Amino acid sequence: MSIFDILFYLFAAAIVLSAAFVSLSRNIVHAAFSLLFTFLGIAGVYVLLSADFIAVSQILIYVGGILVLIVFGVMLTNRVTNIDIRAAIRSRIPAFIICAGLLALLIAFITQAHWIRYDEEPWKKTPWGKNAVEQVTKPLQGSVREVIDQQGSQGTAAEIGKLLMSDYMLPFELLSIVLLVALIGAAMIARQEAVQKKRPLSPSLPTEVSQ
Amino acid sequence: MAPLSHYLAVSAILFVIGTAGVLFRRNAIIVFMCVELMLNAVNLTLIAFSQFLGDQTGQILVFFVMTVAAAEAAVGLAIVIALFRNRQTVDIAKVNILKW
Repeated sequence: MSIFDILFYLFAAAIVLSAAFVSLSRNIVHAAFSLLFTFLGIAGVYVLLSADFIAVSQILIYVGGILVLIVFGVMLTNRVTNIDIRAAIRSRIPAFIICAGLLALLIAFITQAHWIRYDEEPWKKTPWGKNAVEQVTKPLQGSVREVIDQQGSQGTAAEIGKLLMSDYMLPFELLSIVLLVALIGAAMIARQEAVQKKRPLSPSLPTEVSQ
Repeated sequence: MAPLSHYLAVSAILFVIGTAGVLFRRNAIIVFMCVELMLNAVNLTLIAFSQFLGDQTGQILVFFVMTVAAAEAAVGLAIVIALFRNRQTVDIAKVNILKW
């Protein structure tokens, strides 16, 4: 078992435990902070999967952006004197059945399906697989990790940048519009009612003005 | 390197934990965090497949999912805050004005 495997299982344990804490904790502030460890653990697994750019994006977007937003949400909706901070539990049995069924289904799929690798036959024959196998195994045979160990990684940022600016140009640009619309919409929804109904001028005029 | 199925198993467990949170909890912000957990589980699956198939497209998809998640976080929290301002609660069982 290599150091990467040990790290992976450590990260996996951290992810599962902290996620369970998020899902089950009675204290919403503790849940928010536990979410931090889930996100960091996932970023660690991304690094182990040699997805460096995505790992950094994970830390920047999730930890730096979404988690801060969530903590803001917690602080804004949770008065210190508010006892209703605790989340109650409703209709446990159907929810439990759904969760158990989903877990059983997913685990059954994962254990029984034959997952092909980049160097196996059916995937190799597809046009994407051909590219992938050329990309990965042109210089050396072996897993991506072994290739990286032997010749060093160039990182994935350059590759992702090329893909974003060529094959995925339109989704990329559309995404910027989605973000813009979402941010304007969020600001519209969350702001105070600044546009209250315009009161008729005369009754609300201050007295000294009307004199 | 750990086999693909281990990565997928972690991702599946994470997804089910998120589902459990969405189904069991009534606090809108907790539900919100659990939706983020589910999105992260999907991202983990995509990255694992991307690595094991040697194709970078999965990472592009993760990038897109992250961006949409950021937009969703902004809009969702804005809705939660507007809800709290109007109803003084984040209990999703008490938010029933759209129910018939």
